[in-house]
Amino acid sequence: MNLHLPDFAPVLPELTVMLMACAILVIDLFLPQERRHITYGLTQFTLLGGVALILVLATPDPRITFGGSYVADPLSDLLKSAVLLVSAVVFLYARPYLQARDLYKGEFYVLGLFGVLGMMVMISAHSLLTLYLGLELLALSLYALVAFNRDVSAASESAMKYFVLGSIASGMLLYGMSLLYGITGSLNLTGVAAGIVAGLTSPDLNLALVFALAFVVVGVGFKLGAVPFHMWVPDVYHGAPTPVALFISAAPKIAGFAIAIRLLVDGLAPLQESWSGMLLVLAVLSLAIGNVVAIAQTNIKRMFAYSTIAHIGFVVMGLMVGNEQGYAAGMFYVLVYALMSAGGFGMIVLLSRKGFEADQVEDFKGLNDRSPWFAFIMLLLMFSMAGIPPTVGFYAKLAVLQSVIQADLIWLALFAVIMSVIGAFYYLRVVKFMYFDKPVDDAPLTRSGDFGVVLSLNGLAMIALGLFPGVLMSLTAAVR
Amino acid sequence: MVLILGDRVPEASRRLALAFAVLTFLISIPLFVYFDRGTHEMQFQEWVPWIQVFDIHYHLGVDGISMPLILLTAFTTVLVVIAAWDVIQYRVSQYMAAFLILEGLMHGVFAALDAVLFYVFFEAMLIPMFLVIGIWGGPNRIYATLKFFLYTFFGSVFLLISLIYLYVQAGSFAILDLHQVPLGMTAQILLFLAMLLAFAVKIPMFPVHTWLPDAHVEAPTGGSVILAAIMLKIGTYGFLRFSLPILPDASMALDWLMITLSLIAVVYVGLVALMQQDMKKLIAYSSIAHMGFVTLGLFIPFMVFANTGDWQGAALGISGGMVQMISHGLVSAALFLCIGVLYDRMHSRRIADYGGVANTMPWFGALFVLFAMANAGLPGTSGFVGEFMVILASFRADFWIAFLAATTLILAAAYTLWLVKRVIYGEVANDQVAQLQDLNRREFWVLGVLAVAVLLLGVWPAPLLDVMNETVDHLVRHIAVSKL
Repeated sequence: MNLHLPDFAPVLPELTVMLMACAILVIDLFLPQERRHITYGLTQFTLLGGVALILVLATPDPRITFGGSYVADPLSDLLKSAVLLVSAVVFLYARPYLQARDLYKGEFYVLGLFGVLGMMVMISAHSLLTLYLGLELLALSLYALVAFNRDVSAASESAMKYFVLGSIASGMLLYGMSLLYGITGSLNLTGVAAGIVAGLTSPDLNLALVFALAFVVVGVGFKLGAVPFHMWVPDVYHGAPTPVALFISAAPKIAGFAIAIRLLVDGLAPLQESWSGMLLVLAVLSLAIGNVVAIAQTNIKRMFAYSTIAHIGFVVMGLMVGNEQGYAAGMFYVLVYALMSAGGFGMIVLLSRKGFEADQVEDFKGLNDRSPWFAFIMLLLMFSMAGIPPTVGFYAKLAVLQSVIQADLIWLALFAVIMSVIGAFYYLRVVKFMYFDKPVDDAPLTRSGDFGVVLSLNGLAMIALGLFPGVLMSLTAAVR
Repeated sequence: MVLILGDRVPEASRRLALAFAVLTFLISIPLFVYFDRGTHEMQFQEWVPWIQVFDIHYHLGVDGISMPLILLTAFTTVLVVIAAWDVIQYRVSQYMAAFLILEGLMHGVFAALDAVLFYVFFEAMLIPMFLVIGIWGGPNRIYATLKFFLYTFFGSVFLLISLIYLYVQAGSFAILDLHQVPLGMTAQILLFLAMLLAFAVKIPMFPVHTWLPDAHVEAPTGGSVILAAIMLKIGTYGFLRFSLPILPDASMALDWLMITLSLIAVVYVGLVALMQQDMKKLIAYSSIAHMGFVTLGLFIPFMVFANTGDWQGAALGISGGMVQMISHGLVSAALFLCIGVLYDRMHSRRIADYGGVANTMPWFGALFVLFAMANAGLPGTSGFVGEFMVILASFRADFWIAFLAATTLILAAAYTLWLVKRVIYGEVANDQVAQLQDLNRREFWVLGVLAVAVLLLGVWPAPLLDVMNETVDHLVRHIAVSKL
C-alpha cells in the first residue's frame, strides 16, 4: 500500500494550538496555585503565536489538503486571526474575575484552547465531516465551560439547557448533512456543490435537497443564535460565569459565520434562492425579537444576549443578500460585533469584584462619577452597538444596509433601521444610568494595569475604526 | 480647511475652551474675507479618500449657503463658552469639551460634500447634545433628552436609507454627483418624504415638533442656544443641500404640503406660543414658528414659478429663508441667553414670577427689549429683512398665503411684546426682583455683541446677500430643470 502523506503546512497553526493545549494540560498538573500565571502566560503565548504563524504562512491562493477536507485561504486566515485575537482579549478580561472567585484553574484555559481549536477547524473545514468535527469540539468545550462554576446552580442549569438544545441542533445539522451526502455522494464541499447542480434537474431530488437544506439552516441558525433558534442564548449568558459568557458571545459567532459561509455559500451555492428566503425569515425575526425583548431586561447579561440576537439579525441579513458584497458586509459586521461584545462584557468584569456580580443594568449607575474614563469607554461601546456614527458600529450597519438596498430590498432595510431605533433605546438607557444618575455603589474600581489598558484600547478601537473603517472594510472585501 | 480644529478636547479649563472657540472663529473669518462671491462653485475644498470600498471621501468645501452658517456656528460657540463661565460649576471640562466637539461636528455638517460624511456628522451631533441635556439639564432632563435623541434618530435613519438608495442609483456618495442623478417621479416622491421625515424632525416642522419645547426647557442655557441657533438650521440646510437640488420634481409636486405645514407652524404654533407660562417654552414655540417661515421661503418659489414662470423672482424666497435662518440664529441665541441671565439670578422661568425687571436691571431690560423687537420682526432689526423677503415672495405666489404668513408679524409681536410687558415692565413684582443685580461685564459683552450683530444685519444685510447670491441663483437655475 502506498501511504501518501498529506501536506501539513496549511494546518500548522491548528497543530500548534492542539499540541500546546495538551502540553498546558500536563504542565498545569504540576503547578501550584500561586504559579498558575504560567498556565495563563502559555495560553496567551499560544494564541498570539498562532496569529503570527497564520500571518507567516498566509498565501493569496487557497490551499486544500487532507484529501480535500481542509482548506486554508485568505478568508480562513482573516477569520482565524480574529478568533485567536478576540480569544486572547477574552482570556485577559477573564483573569481578574477568575482570580477573585477561586476559579483560576488550568482547566479553564485548556477547555478554552480546545474551543479555539474547534473554531479554527470550523473556519477551515472543506468537507461536511471536518466541519462537524470542529463544531462538536467547540460545543463540548463550551458545555463544560458554562458549568465551570459547578457550585452555582444557575450555571449548571444553563449548561444543561445548552447541552440539550445544542445536541438537538447538532443532530439536525448532522441529519441534514447525511441527506446531502446521500443525494450528492460526496462529503467534500466542492463535490456537494457539483452533486447539487446535477441533482437539481430531477424533481424528486429537488425536494430532498430543500429538505436537507432546511436542516442545515436550522443547525447554522442555532449556532449563530438567530430567532427562532435563540432560546438558549439568554439563559446561557445569564447563567454562565461572566468570563464564559464573554467567551461564548465573541469568538464563536465568528466561527458560526464561517460555517454559514462554508456550508451555504461554498457548498450549497446552487440552492442560493432557497436559503436566501429562509435566512430572510431568520433575519427579520431576529431583528424584531432581539431589539424589542431587550428593552424589558434588567439584567445586563440578558440584555446583551438579546442585543446579540439583534446583531446576528444584521449579520444574517448580509448573508441573505447572497452576493460577494453582502458576505463582505456580514463579515465586517460579525468582526465588529465580536469586538463590541468583548468590550461590553469586559466592562461587567471591571465592575464586578469578589462577592459582587455587576450583572444588573442598574449597577452602571453613576459610573461617570466613579470613573469618568471607563464611563467614556462604555459610552463608546454602547453608541457603537446602537450604530451611531462616528463609531464603527454605524459603518457595519451601513455596509449591510447598502448591500440590502443594492439587492432591491428597501422594505427590509427600512424595517432594520426602525428596529435599530428601538434598539437604541436600551443602549441609551445604559448611558443614562452612567451619566445622569448618582452612584449607588461607591466601592472603588480595582483593576490590574493590563486589563485597564486593553479594555481602553477595546473601547477606543470603536472610534478609531469608526474614523478609519476603510482598513477593515477593504480586508473583508478582499478575502471574499 | 482647518475648521475641524474644534474637535480637540480641552483638559480641564474654561480658558482653553475659550481659546479654542475664539481660535476657530478667527480661522473662519478669512473664509468670509477671501470667499469668492462671483461663483457658485464649492470653495476651500479638501478631498481625501476615506473608505475606498464604498467610494466614500472625506470631502469638505463651502459655498454661499454653507459659509454664513459656518460663521454663525463659530460665533455662537464663542458666546456659549463665555456665557457658561460662572454658571456651569459641575464637570466644567466635560461641558466645554462637549460644546467644542459639537462645534466641530456642526462645522462638519455644513461643510461636508459627501453624503455619508454629512450623515456621520449629522448623527454624531446627537451624542454630545444628548449628554449636555442629560447631565446639565433641568429636573425633567432625562425624559427630554431621551425624547430628543429618539425622535431625531428615528427621523434620520430614513435619510440614511435614502442616501444609500441614491448611492445605488448614482454610484457615488458625492453630493454634487447626486445633484445630477436622474430619478423617476415615484422614486423622487418617496425619497422626498423620507428626507422630509429626517429634516422635519430636526427643524422641527409642525406635526413632529413636540420634542423641541421639552428639550429647550430642560437644556442648560448653552444647550438651548446651540439647539436654537444652529441645530435647527441643519434641517433647513438639509432641504437646500439635498431635497431641492436632488429631487426638484418632487419638491415641485409636494410644495403644497410643505407650504401648508409651514403656515400651520407659523399660525398655529404662534398661537400656542401666546399661551405659554414658561419663558423658555415661549421662545421655543416662537422658534418653531420662525422656522416655519424659513421652510415657507424655501418652498414658495415653486408656487411662484407655477404662477408667474419667473425663476429669478422666485429666488427671493430662498434668499429670504436664508437670511431668516441667520437672523433667527442670532435672535434666538440672544433670547435664550437673556432667559439664562434671569434664570441664574432667580432660578425660575415662570413668567408670573417676574415683573418690573427694568427697574432693577436697566441695561438688561434695554437689550432684552431690542431682541424681543427683532424676534417680532421690527424694521431695522435682522428679523425684519428675512420675513419681508419671504412675504414679498409669497405675494407673487398667492395673496392668501402671504396674508397668513404676514399674521406672524402680528402674532410674534403679540407674544413677544406681551412677554416683555409682563417680565420687564410694570411694578416690581416681588422682593426677589427688587434685589436683582444688573448684568455683569461678561454678560453685557455677550449680549452687546449680539445686539450689534442683530442691528447691523437689519440695516445693512448686503454683505450676507452678496455672499449667497450667486449660489442661490445657481440653485434656482438647477431646480428649474426637471429631472424626469
